[in-house]
Amino acid sequence: MTTERDIFDPIVLADFVAEEAALLDAGRFDEWLALYTIEGRYWVPLAGAAQADPHSHQSLAFEDRLLLQLRIDRMKSPRAHSLRPRSRCQHVLQRSRIDAVDEAGRSATLSTPFVYIETRGELQLTLAGTCRHRLVHTDAGWRMCEKRVDLLDPDRAYPAIQLFI
Amino acid sequence: MSSYRGNPDAIRALVQDDRVHRDAYLSDEVFELEQRHFVTRTWSFLGHTSQVPEAGDYVAVELAGQPLLMVRQADGAVRVLHNRCAHKGTQLVTDTAGNAGRFFRCPYHAWTYKLDGAPLALPLKSGYEGTGLAQCASGRGLEALKHVVVYREFVFVRLADVGPEFDAYFGGVLAAIDNMVDRSPEGRLTAAGGVLRNIVHCNWKMYLENINDTVHPVSTHESAVQAAQGLWQGHAADEPKPMAMEQILPFGAGYDFFDRMGGRVYPNGHSVLGIHFSIHSGYAQLPEYEQALRDAHGAERAQQILERSAQNAVLFPSLAVKGSPQAIRVIRPLAADRTLIEAWSFRAEGAPELLFERAQSYNRLVFSPMSVVAHDDVHLFESIQRGLRSGANDWVSLHRGFDAAELGRGTAETNGTNELLMRNQFRAWAQHLAAGMEGAP
Repeated sequence: MTTERDIFDPIVLADFVAEEAALLDAGRFDEWLALYTIEGRYWVPLAGAAQADPHSHQSLAFEDRLLLQLRIDRMKSPRAHSLRPRSRCQHVLQRSRIDAVDEAGRSATLSTPFVYIETRGELQLTLAGTCRHRLVHTDAGWRMCEKRVDLLDPDRAYPAIQLFI
Repeated sequence: MSSYRGNPDAIRALVQDDRVHRDAYLSDEVFELEQRHFVTRTWSFLGHTSQVPEAGDYVAVELAGQPLLMVRQADGAVRVLHNRCAHKGTQLVTDTAGNAGRFFRCPYHAWTYKLDGAPLALPLKSGYEGTGLAQCASGRGLEALKHVVVYREFVFVRLADVGPEFDAYFGGVLAAIDNMVDRSPEGRLTAAGGVLRNIVHCNWKMYLENINDTVHPVSTHESAVQAAQGLWQGHAADEPKPMAMEQILPFGAGYDFFDRMGGRVYPNGHSVLGIHFSIHSGYAQLPEYEQALRDAHGAERAQQILERSAQNAVLFPSLAVKGSPQAIRVIRPLAADRTLIEAWSFRAEGAPELLFERAQSYNRLVFSPMSVVAHDDVHLFESIQRGLRSGANDWVSLHRGFDAAELGRGTAETNGTNELLMRNQFRAWAQHLAAGMEGAP
C-alpha cells in the first residue's frame, strides 16, 4: 500500500521526471501528454532562468494542452515535411533536486539539469539547461502542472528544434 | 574560378524576365559581391530607437559582415558607429547591448572616444607628437556612418557613400511602417519581449521570396493546419477562438483567398502583399481601442489604419512588416547558404496589452525555432538549397502571372498569387548589385 511518505519520497519524484523524459525519447507523445494536468503548460522562456513570467517577455514555446496536442497530432501526419527524415532525441538527466514539497497541497517542485540531443539525418543539435517540474499528486498519481525548460543559451540563434526538450 | 567579380553584366544575366539563375542562391562569389556592393548600397534596417532609451545605451549589430554600434547620444540623437577601435581594430564592446556610460574605452590600450565617436584621450600622448596620427583615419576616432535615417523610430542605414537616397529608395512602402506605428494611439512603438532568432540554412533571397509566396501554405503547412482544424472541429464558425487558433487556422485558407488578397509592388524590390485583406484581417475587434484610435488620429485615418492588415510588407532587402499583429522579421544574410532570421514584437503604446500578446503569440507560433509552422517552411528552404545543385536546369521559375507589360512599370497592383512580387525583388537585386559593382550613383 502506498503511503503519503512514499508519494513524497525523493526517489519516487525523481523517477517521475526520468520517466517523463524517457517517454519523449521513445516518441510516446500521447502518453507523455497524459502526464499533464488539464491546465498543464510546457514552457521554454526566451530569457531562460531569469524570466519571471510568460507574458512580459517572449518564449521559444509556451503551450497549453491544446497546442501540445496540435504539435503531437501534426507529427502523425504524413505531410509533416520537416519530419522526413524523422528527428530523434535523447535527454541525459542529472539527478533531480527537490526545490519544494507541499504535503498539504500535495505538490512538489523539482530541478533537473540536462543535456538534450536532437538528431535528424546527419545533423545533431545539443542543448543544455535545467528542467523545472511543478507536480501535483492526483488520484492517477503525479501529474505536471508545468514543465519549464530553462536553456543555458536561450537567446542564441537556433536551427529548428523539432521535438520536445 | 571567378565568373562574376568585375562583371556586372554577368550579374544582370542571372535575372531574366521570368526566371532567376541558381547561382543567385548558391554561389559564394555572388554572396561576397552582394555583401560588398549590394547590402552596402541599399538601405538596411538596423534597429529601433526604443532599444537604446538612455544616453550611452548601445546595441551591437552586424551588417554586411561589419560590426556596428547603434548608440544613444547625450543630446538624444541616435548614431551608428563602426565597432572598431581606430588604433588596432579591437571591438569597443563585445556584449550585444549595454550602456557605455559617457564614453567608450577600448579595453586593449585604453583609447577613449565620445559617444559620437570623436577621439577623447589616449595614453602616452607625447609619443604621437610629430607623427602622422592626427592626419590619418586612426587619429579621427570611431568612424560614424554618414547615411543614417530614423524613420518613425526605425533606424535604417546605408553603408556606402554612393547609392539611392532614403526617400527615393523606399517610396510608398514606408506607409507600411506608418500603419504599424499609427496603431498606437500615441504614435509610438516599443520593441519589447526579446527577439526570436533563427538560423536557416538557405539563401536569404529564398527566405524573402517566400514572404511573398501565397501558394505554399496549402501544401507546405498542411500538417499544422489539419491538426489545428481537427482540434477545432465542431466549434461554430463565429465562436470566439483561443488566440493561437485565431492565428493558426487562417493558414488553411485556399488559393482563391490568397489570390484575392492582392499585392502591390514598388520600385527597388519593395512590396505589400494583402492590400485588400489577409490572414490577419479576422482577429477579434476591440471597440474601446478603436475608439481610442479615432480620438487620436480622427475617424478617417483610424479607419484607414484598421482596414489595412496586410499579410506582409517587404522593405527590401532586410525587413518584413506585419502591421497587425505588430511584428517584424529582420533578414540578415550570413553566407550564401545561411541566414539569420529575427522575429521582433512591438508594444503599441496606449493600446491594450492584448495587441502585444498577439504580436508575441504570433511570432512564437510562426517564427520561433520551435514553431510547427516554421518547421515545414525551413525544411523546404533547406531542401531547395540542396536540390538546386542538381541537374542541368540552371533556372528557378518565376513565371506565374508574367506579362511583358509589367516591365518598367514601377508601382503596380496585381492579384495575390502573381509571382510579380518575387520578380520585382530579383530585378531590384540585379539592378542594385550591378550598379554597386560599377560604382554608379
